[in-house]
Amino acid sequence: MSGGVDSSVAAALLVEAGYDVTGVTLKLWGGDSDSGCCSVSDVEDARRVAAQLGVPHYVFNFADDFTRDVVEPYVDAYATGLTPNPCVECNRSVKFGRLLERAAALGFDRVATGHHARVEATAGAYRLLRGADHAKDQSYVLYMLGQRELVRVLLPVGRLTKHEVRERAHALGLRTAAKPESMDVCFITRGDRAAFVGARATVPAGAIVDTSGAEIGRHAGIASFTIGQRRGVGIALGERRYVVDVDAASATVTVGTRDDLARGEVVVRDLRFVGDRPAAGQCVDVQTRAHGIPVPAHLVGNTIRFVDAQPRVAPGQVVALYDADALLGGGIAT
Amino acid sequence: MSDGVYLDHAASTPMRPAAIAAMEPYLVSEFGNSSGSHRAAAAAKAALEEARDSIAALLGASPHEVVFTGGGTEADNLAVKGAARAARAGSGGAGGHANVVTARFEHKGVLASCDRLAAEGFSVTRVGAGLDGVVALDELADAIGPDTVVVSVMLVNNEVGTIQPLAEIVELTRARAPHAVVHTDAVQAVPWVDVASLAAGADLVAISAHKFGGPKGVGALVVRRGTALEPLIEGGGQEGGLRSGSSNVAGVVAMAAALRVTVEERAADVCRIAPLRDRLVDGLLAAVPDSFENGERARKVAGNAHLGFRGVEAEALLVSLDARGIYAAAGSSCSSGATDPSHVLEAMGVPRADALSSVRFSLGFASTDADVDAALGIVPDAVARLRAAVAAA
Repeated sequence: MSGGVDSSVAAALLVEAGYDVTGVTLKLWGGDSDSGCCSVSDVEDARRVAAQLGVPHYVFNFADDFTRDVVEPYVDAYATGLTPNPCVECNRSVKFGRLLERAAALGFDRVATGHHARVEATAGAYRLLRGADHAKDQSYVLYMLGQRELVRVLLPVGRLTKHEVRERAHALGLRTAAKPESMDVCFITRGDRAAFVGARATVPAGAIVDTSGAEIGRHAGIASFTIGQRRGVGIALGERRYVVDVDAASATVTVGTRDDLARGEVVVRDLRFVGDRPAAGQCVDVQTRAHGIPVPAHLVGNTIRFVDAQPRVAPGQVVALYDADALLGGGIAT
Repeated sequence: MSDGVYLDHAASTPMRPAAIAAMEPYLVSEFGNSSGSHRAAAAAKAALEEARDSIAALLGASPHEVVFTGGGTEADNLAVKGAARAARAGSGGAGGHANVVTARFEHKGVLASCDRLAAEGFSVTRVGAGLDGVVALDELADAIGPDTVVVSVMLVNNEVGTIQPLAEIVELTRARAPHAVVHTDAVQAVPWVDVASLAAGADLVAISAHKFGGPKGVGALVVRRGTALEPLIEGGGQEGGLRSGSSNVAGVVAMAAALRVTVEERAADVCRIAPLRDRLVDGLLAAVPDSFENGERARKVAGNAHLGFRGVEAEALLVSLDARGIYAAAGSSCSSGATDPSHVLEAMGVPRADALSSVRFSLGFASTDADVDAALGIVPDAVARLRAAVAAA
């Protein structure tokens, strides 16, 4: 229970369904954050909702794990020209890692969250499906869950639309019913990624070059750039420019046109599947952003071959594979 | 507590029946504001002053030296900030090098006050403690010098229950910083030791009612005659200008009653509770493999039990115990309710992993043999289950 409306309603639904529920809020970060997530007042909101629902509530301090498994890799990634996925790493290591372990140790049968996705079981095999509200679907950040995790996970709000979730919260008189959603990375003050990374790693300034290698400007640190980025390139040129490459070794950012970004495939590492690997030759839908439009592709070994050329996927980004609404699995772009 | 076994007396205590009885009239019919001028006000005022006389006598102070506050944290804030700021003002602001010395295992009320003073330009020195749970006197002696204006060391540590050598600390201070003020947080000391005599040399002594059978939200600070203090809360000038605000007559009356009973029964309580605590600690150390005690038993107050269980996360253990009706504590509960690693254990030099595996069980005047039996029945099993789950994972 993060103190947000989704996890509040998730808890309420479980209570209604007769589960023996205990609410837990994770203390992950003690630093400054104005994104509205996981502050002391969020804990208070979660605690209040738990009291309203008549369930016990605890706070688990996983700050050490979060720093080690989410924040430090985030900083390292940007400092080395990669694009991290902190919410994915938090899910992997903390929410569906550490928390699952702690829950099992304490004798709980399941862990539920307010993530917008669905778990379905068919004859002992588990599937992870997109949430009913495609605009709010969060299956992408859960791409790493496998059978071992899904057998112990419940995702109660996945079958509701966001509107229905809020309506349910209002109907229950939950304090968090009208709470705005938290956006942005939960541990960084809005828009200040460069400062956050710069305070924790050495990110040298360097050159901005065009695709022929000619220097067209300077930058103050590669951490401000992500492949595919269009804004903030800081150069006034004729047509729209995109970041097409980031090289940490030389601290060079390469800028080009949209065509320069086009790729026919992406090679991924750490490929994993929710269930079985898709059959060779099966057409899958690939999503390369949390709320990106899925595009058709084929998986060959560790290579995802797009049917139509796509903008280059930033190394470090999660690439998730779907069969319509069913999440098949995914990997990390190299 | 109608259900469950309450082993968190260091956090708060049940109210003494005499305290509840004493305060009731001031909640029901004697509601006059003690600052007023009519008879109803005078009656409330008389009760307030009678309570002050009583509390002063029990703490070895004169009535003019007792200031009522909204609790122990407020008393600590008033003492540390008030004395430091007064000293700086007294020196005409020329005390640019004004120094405050404290211990790293102090209650957050003292540490946060020191942080605030540091932000105001004071230099703050925070000394450590030993594994025995006693402040490092040598380090403290080195830290106190001619620039020191406040020395603050608690009389009894709230986490590990160890009694600090306050008389020596006072002596050190008088020798090295004759103009400095000695403050002691005696909040955890009242139920267990004779604060009047042990803190006789201190200039500022803080207590909190709900630690000794009184209500929450009321405490007191002994301010020895001649100790300059800048108030925190200003207004109508109550409490000699040191703490303005309409007096919490009901709370103070209850605090006085609770203190009276506590002091009267203290020797008997200590005699009864120390063996209970020893049975609990020795029992757990024997029943749970790879367990250890934090702080030296011989230097602790009678009700404190602080144990570690290697390989077990204290936070998980507390959840498990809570579910089974055993109420204990670990580290400091921060404002979110999470268990932060204990700054006290860290100040003592306890390795972080051991600190994160440590739990405080604290007994009080209401504790019984049955409480200890229940804990001995449940805690080893809870530890064993958590260890088995970790091993199986």
